[in-house]
Amino acid sequence: MSHHKPDPNKSVNLTVDGLPVTVPEGTTILEAAKKVGIDIPVLCHHPDLQVRAVCRLCVVECDGAGKLKAACANDVWEGLSVVTDNARIRGIRKMILELILAEHPQDCLACIRNQSCELQALAQQFGLYQPALPVEARRFPRSVDTNTLVRDMAKCVKCGRCVAVCQETQTVRAINTSRRSVHYEITTPYEKPLIDTLCVYCGQCAAVCPVGAIYENDQTGQVFAALDDPERHVVVQTAPAVRVAIGDAFGLPPGAVTTGKMVTALKRLGFDKVFDTDFSADVTIMEEGHELLHRLQSGGRLPMITSCSPGWINFVEVFYPDLIPHLSTCKSPQQMFGALAKTYYPGVGGVDPARVTSVSIMPCTAKKFESQRPEMNSSGYRDVDVVLTTRELARMIKMAGINFEKLPESDYDSLMGDSTGAAAIFGTSGGVMEAALRTVYEVVTGENLENLDFEDVRGHQGLKRVSVNLKGTEVKIMVANGLRNARTVMNAIRRGECDAHFIEVMCCPGGCVGGGGQPFATSRQKLMRMDGLYSLDQSMPVRQSHKNPEVLTLYEKYLGQPLGEKSHHLLHTHYSTQGKNHWAQAGHDQGK
Amino acid sequence: MSKLKSIVSEGAGHINPVDVADYLRIGGYDGLKKAVAMKPLEVIEEVKKATLLGRGGAAYPSGRKWEHLFHIPETPKYIVCNADEGEPGTFKDRLLMSKLPLRLIEGITIAGCVFGAKAGYIYVRGEYRKIQRRLLEAISRAKDAGFLGKNILGKFDFDIHIISGAGAYVCGENSALLNSTEGRVGRPRIKPPHLAEVGLFLQPTLVNNVESLCSIPYIVTAGGEAFCKLGRPDSGGTKLVCLSGHVRRRQVYEVPLGGVTLRELIYDPEIGGGLPDGQRLKFFHLGGQSGPIGSPEQLDTVYSHRELGKAGLSVGSGAVVVMNEDVGLIDYLTGVTEFFLHESCGKCVPCREGNKQIYKILKKLAKPGEATAADLALLRRLVTTMISASFCGLGQTAAVALNTAWKHFKGEFEANVDQSKPAAAA
Repeated sequence: MSHHKPDPNKSVNLTVDGLPVTVPEGTTILEAAKKVGIDIPVLCHHPDLQVRAVCRLCVVECDGAGKLKAACANDVWEGLSVVTDNARIRGIRKMILELILAEHPQDCLACIRNQSCELQALAQQFGLYQPALPVEARRFPRSVDTNTLVRDMAKCVKCGRCVAVCQETQTVRAINTSRRSVHYEITTPYEKPLIDTLCVYCGQCAAVCPVGAIYENDQTGQVFAALDDPERHVVVQTAPAVRVAIGDAFGLPPGAVTTGKMVTALKRLGFDKVFDTDFSADVTIMEEGHELLHRLQSGGRLPMITSCSPGWINFVEVFYPDLIPHLSTCKSPQQMFGALAKTYYPGVGGVDPARVTSVSIMPCTAKKFESQRPEMNSSGYRDVDVVLTTRELARMIKMAGINFEKLPESDYDSLMGDSTGAAAIFGTSGGVMEAALRTVYEVVTGENLENLDFEDVRGHQGLKRVSVNLKGTEVKIMVANGLRNARTVMNAIRRGECDAHFIEVMCCPGGCVGGGGQPFATSRQKLMRMDGLYSLDQSMPVRQSHKNPEVLTLYEKYLGQPLGEKSHHLLHTHYSTQGKNHWAQAGHDQGK
Repeated sequence: MSKLKSIVSEGAGHINPVDVADYLRIGGYDGLKKAVAMKPLEVIEEVKKATLLGRGGAAYPSGRKWEHLFHIPETPKYIVCNADEGEPGTFKDRLLMSKLPLRLIEGITIAGCVFGAKAGYIYVRGEYRKIQRRLLEAISRAKDAGFLGKNILGKFDFDIHIISGAGAYVCGENSALLNSTEGRVGRPRIKPPHLAEVGLFLQPTLVNNVESLCSIPYIVTAGGEAFCKLGRPDSGGTKLVCLSGHVRRRQVYEVPLGGVTLRELIYDPEIGGGLPDGQRLKFFHLGGQSGPIGSPEQLDTVYSHRELGKAGLSVGSGAVVVMNEDVGLIDYLTGVTEFFLHESCGKCVPCREGNKQIYKILKKLAKPGEATAADLALLRRLVTTMISASFCGLGQTAAVALNTAWKHFKGEFEANVDQSKPAAAA
């Protein structure tokens, strides 16, 4: 025996249920079994999260019938012989599932995760039609925390996925474990409602929950009501990352670009205007690009950090209030759009802004919180009335009986429906940075940018550092996704050890393609969504924000110039050093 | 000739526990003095020769553990003594720490010397408040005498810290103990990695039980072979045995491993002295609540790791709880299960939910006509699942008493079962 770190260049030979397989050292038994076509059942395991091995469903026999090992937590070794399924193992797995089910409410029909529940699927897989244990599900009040997330802890199977994502991936630590034995719970600090914790509403907990214990607050009813009300003029915007993810909910291949179908579906649902958040993403680049130039030229606070990700904004307000001056003052594309939807659009379209209901379709749960911030009313009304996640829109489409796959394609409505390749890639980590560079380069140098592809900022690695030469001026940039990586950047800034000029931060791993409101996905599927966005970018006739015709019209006819007075009023915002609690009361009232 | 030995417990009760001069008079610190003059691998070789099987309950070979840790290059390394003696019926570490704290300190210091560690930790059961104070006093005296702290015997620096548990049984599980020491919640860690590789503060760590570490000074002084010969080649040395329950002489005894039978432990006038007042033995429970239950037919089994193992029993912590014929087996097992139901950390499904369901079935079995054959079948499935699939040693052993009792006393499980009821689930 000696200390041994796995070397992925070395091969290990083993057999799984008698089938020989060779895998790199450091491969888990679970992964090795997949290679020979065996899916060992799991409940607590999630490929993107720290291994916890607490459900014990994946236990297998290793080199004989002795002690069982968890396939998710043990690496293979040379000559290993694994048995993944026999009477003993099956019996134990059934018993474990029965133990979980005995604690679980059996109200599947009334559960938001009906038919997308991993526990339900396992119960079906193991044929637990007549469980031996009586059901004694615990009762907890369902808690709606602000209007973003719902926690129904009676459903919780204590797998710890949400704890892992909140603590390890996001380093927010709003969810933890408490007590022991049968009283063991997944809970917030001191069991407070989320509004009173450090939660940033990224919704990653909801995105990894295998059951219906944490989920988005479903607001489809509010939108249906507005659509059904003849007095309301309902406009909708769709975020860049939704078009490459919503297809998942209808069985299309991951990453499929379904913009046209989605627009058709929204029109059939009855929205009066279907607009694109991509339009306001381009506006964001106009404002943020000029803000960066202004800071660079006038000795403003650097590095400047992007502000389009509302979970990220919550994070800064809570954990790094001292660094708020580094944040761009730009509102997120959603809120820029909202402000314009009740000012610019009614003016041109001849609609009374008081009659406009502004809906947005977002990959994000934090956007729900953002829309309800008290200051997001610069139009004189609530700029965005209702935010639906991708999952909620899919639900509306299904409810309306629309066969998504068979839909013809249509175009966005004009005025705020034009978009560019630059806006499309906002939906993946590195996209905002690349879009900004495509515009800033031309503004600074006055020359045409030959190669629009900044490959170095692409991809889903957590932290990317690139240096860009703007005709003699070197601009150092960083791109971070996932709050653990963001924290690394912020700590460096705090220590005075960050020499970057411009930093893009996305709250969720992978950026918005991995948002907390997206159809459930692993990092592999998120990368396919990213590929979808870059292919979309390539296919667009215009790939730079400052060349978006409707954006040019907006500035010409309405805003004047970037950073101008109207922009300042409608498109920029400020942040609170008191953190989320400053907004808490407003959010609380909204939730009631 | 006496069947008892006085090796690890030698001097207990005969010296002032914290007086270094007293301890030196009985050969104290001879081991450390010898160890500092030896090469680390030579010391480890003696521990290997001693065939010292871990005394906390898992009986992992200490020599192998030491050798594994030695070959890990990362530093610093930590020495941790598991003194969270929470296994019911076990009180031998209490004796060693209260009567011979300096022997434990010497053993830890030898380990510190071997592994080049700078710090050792003794994680003491929370209820042992007095012992914690005594250990602190002994540490302070050892420092004054130059056997601890800076420049020990002119060779090395090493310090020992006392950490108090807070009452959780699961913190006796080594990885949970380290979490608790670090100030984290005391729940077991996922393994691999081994604690030798990633232990306290994520550094390479030796975790040994009090009795194991108290055996080290003798092993170094007299040699591993001499220690091994006290016991058997496969299970060296002596073992402290804790007799309790319905037995006359309830206390700690040091016996050579393989040198006595269970019958001698319980009935020998020099040891247990039999059951009081003509009571008759019904069963005995070895190694604590997490250990196996044995029947009178097994009394002639020799008390060693291998012989007990062959009989489906085990040494465990060294606890021997004796129960007379008035004890209801189901009642007893309900108590055992209640204990684990209280102490489970709750993170894995089999242990968290299994104890609860077993407890419910045992409650039914205690009442005539309440349970059915289906309950017994379910009980068997629960026991198998907990033993085979639980996350840590606590869950894996929580149903061992039940499992072994089933073998010997099946009739008692079935006594109250209403056979007329259908076997389908209630």
